[in-house]
Amino acid sequence: MTLAVFFGCSFIAFGPALGLCLFSVVREPLRVIILVAGAFFWLVSLLLSSLVWFIAVKASDPGDEPLQKGLLIFGVLFSVLLQEAFRFLYYKLLRKAIEGLVALSEDGCSPISIQQMAYAGLGFGLMSGAFSMINLLADALGPGTVGIHGDSQLYFLTSAFMTMVMIFLHTFWGILFFHGCETQRWWEMVAVIFTHLIVSGLGSRVRQAPSQDPEGPSGALSLSCSLPALPALWCCQLGPTVAFSAISFLFSVIGGPPFVPAGGRCPGAPAARE
Amino acid sequence: MLRKEPLCLRRKDLFCVAIIGFHRAVPMTELSAHLPQFQHGQLTENFPDNHLCNTNDNSERRRHDNSERRRNDNPESETNGQPQNRTQQVVEQDEEDEELTLKYGAKHVIMLFAPVTLCMVVVVATIKSVSFYTRKDGQLIYTPFTEDTDTVGQRALNSILNAAIMISVIIVMTILLVVLYKYRCYKVIHGWLIISSLLLLFFFSFIYLGEVFKTYNVAMDYITLALMIWNFGVVGMICIHWKGPLRLQQAYLIMISALMALVFIKYLPEWTAWLILAVISVYDLVAVLCPKGPLRMLVETAQERNETLFPALIYSSTMMWLVNMAEEDPEAQRKASKSSTYDKQAAANQIQNEDADLDDGGFNPEWEQQRDSRIGPLESTPESRAAVQALPSNSQASEDPEERGVKLGLGDFIFYSVLVGKASATASGDWNTTLACFVAILIGLCLTLLLLAIFKKALPALPISITFGLVFYFATDNLVQPFMDQLAFHQFYI
Repeated sequence: MTLAVFFGCSFIAFGPALGLCLFSVVREPLRVIILVAGAFFWLVSLLLSSLVWFIAVKASDPGDEPLQKGLLIFGVLFSVLLQEAFRFLYYKLLRKAIEGLVALSEDGCSPISIQQMAYAGLGFGLMSGAFSMINLLADALGPGTVGIHGDSQLYFLTSAFMTMVMIFLHTFWGILFFHGCETQRWWEMVAVIFTHLIVSGLGSRVRQAPSQDPEGPSGALSLSCSLPALPALWCCQLGPTVAFSAISFLFSVIGGPPFVPAGGRCPGAPAARE
Repeated sequence: MLRKEPLCLRRKDLFCVAIIGFHRAVPMTELSAHLPQFQHGQLTENFPDNHLCNTNDNSERRRHDNSERRRNDNPESETNGQPQNRTQQVVEQDEEDEELTLKYGAKHVIMLFAPVTLCMVVVVATIKSVSFYTRKDGQLIYTPFTEDTDTVGQRALNSILNAAIMISVIIVMTILLVVLYKYRCYKVIHGWLIISSLLLLFFFSFIYLGEVFKTYNVAMDYITLALMIWNFGVVGMICIHWKGPLRLQQAYLIMISALMALVFIKYLPEWTAWLILAVISVYDLVAVLCPKGPLRMLVETAQERNETLFPALIYSSTMMWLVNMAEEDPEAQRKASKSSTYDKQAAANQIQNEDADLDDGGFNPEWEQQRDSRIGPLESTPESRAAVQALPSNSQASEDPEERGVKLGLGDFIFYSVLVGKASATASGDWNTTLACFVAILIGLCLTLLLLAIFKKALPALPISITFGLVFYFATDNLVQPFMDQLAFHQFYI
């Protein structure tokens, strides 16, 4: 594969997130820290959920295919629930941090509001996208031909688009979730968890080809052999995910402008708890 | 034409070289935890100069050094927390410091994130592209036991022995350093540091450049190479040990940390490397926090004598005092009741002027005598200058702490990069593991700074980050990677 594929896919997957970072995160040290801490929380949740999955797999019969598939789906659902739990934990942590910053500041204004702290969602999204995409991108730099065994040739492109959409989704979910926690609207949080479960579960609808490429521990080469035809993939997975993303975006925008300028209005403690 | 040297000669050379290089790394790692406000004050004593202000400035600087240390019991100088002289602190100044500290803490965390990230990026990029650093070409003499054994038990035993030998070497060298410092053998210490800098800047970078050329198949003649290495090395020595533009000095410190980390990654076998990382963070914890720890004794001795510690072992994110004369002294500025923007502009202009100390500005002694006879003896001290500069403009106390910046020992850079480099070199999860270790180290650094802000005492920088890094390395490699593989295979996106 060529450099063009590498750069194209990486910019498709990470371009919007990079733009978001460059224009709004990089200048503010607090936002950078929140971003990195968000990434860390996602990582911890992934670690714990993969621990649970690993134990389950080791305790079960490795030859039983449907059981393994079932365990994987269980792993996915557990991982999603754990991610949302960690999002909630992160919200609690950021709340405490805001209170601390307000207490320390001279004029009772926190330098950062809770809406801006939804950048934590971007941290989650970036880490999730990076874990999905980075090995693929590294393989894209090496030799090989995508879909040489008759599968879809647009595998990298599809993955890049899915990653981009997932990053967006995590960002919007972060905003909605934090807004729900702030305003005590539980239905927002439930909606976020629900859509997350649906989006992650969409992968189970993608049929797998039985043949497996014995090559390489890295997923990419074996993956290109097991993808179904492209239209089905787009209908089953990418389409609904994009739709959810658009809906979430609308909801987050409607909920109130999340990007309050740093020097703008001063929320103070009482105003934040509407 | 650069030819490939016979392997045996190369290996032997590198063994000898690595010894001296490692001796250099030891003080860097040991002092990584908590060096006090480091200034080039000591160097000015060695350089004869005939500027009238200088003797004044030296004594002023010592006093300000002391007061600066008292003031800086805070996270700005992350590795500079030292035992407090609480009695000498003014209460309201303490509170003001605390507020400003926590407000500006985020900025200083970022000031440390950037160089640590850069060092790690350099190391990972080199490991991924230049195969020399992942090839096994023997081991250091500090790790004599091989890991190519028949049984797992034997391998474990060998790696434990290797780690034990390495750590005892480190302990011995640290104690030697403390003893030398206590008995004021400064020349020996300076000589040691200069020799190791020379080695890193010339020999290791020569090898690095050679390997990069080999990887990209670039033809290079010895003459051009000699010119390049000579220039690189000499400018590096000047920047690190004397004066230089801040960014250049930071760049050189990052480069030598990366070079040292690459040497460790190449010559430490796998299990030994992980064990050494674990043990050295425990040692760091012990050496800094225990009352009889060598590093703590070193710092206390330095404080008693009102002296600075060794040059060129700390990365600093702001201007060193030596280069900036007119603006730096916060004591003077506090007396003159606040710094002003004019100071900062003067400081900015002076950043380029490396000869601030030795440059008498065209006012030769005859002129000064004339002036003195006409107007009376004048002495331009930092206080008087600050007072004059503070007069016309508005005062902004908040400008002050931003200028102070933050310092981190080079040993921390080295070991963080060793961890991430080893992760990228040997992990089956490859980039996922590297990324996970990277995030873990950054968060560890963040937490360390936070703890420093809370406890306000000397804290080591290695333990939290290395613990997180190790946990994430093994967890990601063994648990997360199979999970992610299965997810990717079945096209699940979580």
